[in-house]
Amino acid sequence: MFITNTETLPGKTIIDCFGVVSGSTVRAKHVGRDIMAGLKNVFGGELRGYTELLNESRDQALQRMTDQATQLGANAIINVRFSTSSVAAGAAEIYVYGTAVRVE
Amino acid sequence: MIAFLGFITLLLLGFFVGRYLESQHFSSIRQREAELVVLPNTNSRYLLIPMQQIERSELVTGSVVISIDYFKRIVADLRSLIGGPVQSYETLLDRARREAILRMKESCPGASQIINVRVETSSIYNAAGNGIGSVELLAYGTAIYGQVQATNGL
Repeated sequence: MFITNTETLPGKTIIDCFGVVSGSTVRAKHVGRDIMAGLKNVFGGELRGYTELLNESRDQALQRMTDQATQLGANAIINVRFSTSSVAAGAAEIYVYGTAVRVE
Repeated sequence: MIAFLGFITLLLLGFFVGRYLESQHFSSIRQREAELVVLPNTNSRYLLIPMQQIERSELVTGSVVISIDYFKRIVADLRSLIGGPVQSYETLLDRARREAILRMKESCPGASQIINVRVETSSIYNAAGNGIGSVELLAYGTAIYGQVQATNGL
């Protein structure tokens, strides 16, 4: 599966288009991470727990999108966009969408 | 009285430790930026450097969640009373953004360029509902692998 965020797949020709595919995931952080983040808030700096959490969720969202594209018979997803929103306190939604296509 | 002392301690801790950590982070960013200058990135959708042959292209991402320190948060709160530039958040966003782009570049060793780079910002709030003062930065783009066309003089 080729995934890019450009309108074309460089070096390849698109032969078929299947429309928009998307994947999303909502994740909450656990208490331990929240406490560590509270401490980190005094000194400032990177909140590794959160970085990790969001990376995991993003991978899962990408996986769901890829599964959907595979089901349609696509072998590439182009023009991928990410969006993050905090739906509730302590939970974040990661949404990934793109266009499923078939390339040569 | 104890609450006041606690506040002062947090303020001083935030000021000294936060300032130290930030300068450390900035020097690390500058060093890595200099190292990775060989991997150009652009937010244009077209190739930045002409390629002789493209082997493959893939989606690359880099992200970081970074928090402001206690002292700077108080300063920003005070600043919002009178308005004007909030410098403490400017440096926070600057270092987060540069870090995210660096991580994106570091995630694809061997690529010759990254095109169509997009940077996205979102803020994260804690369960208590008060602003935690932390931001998430995500940089993503398409890494191009392959043979770069030989150019004269470059």
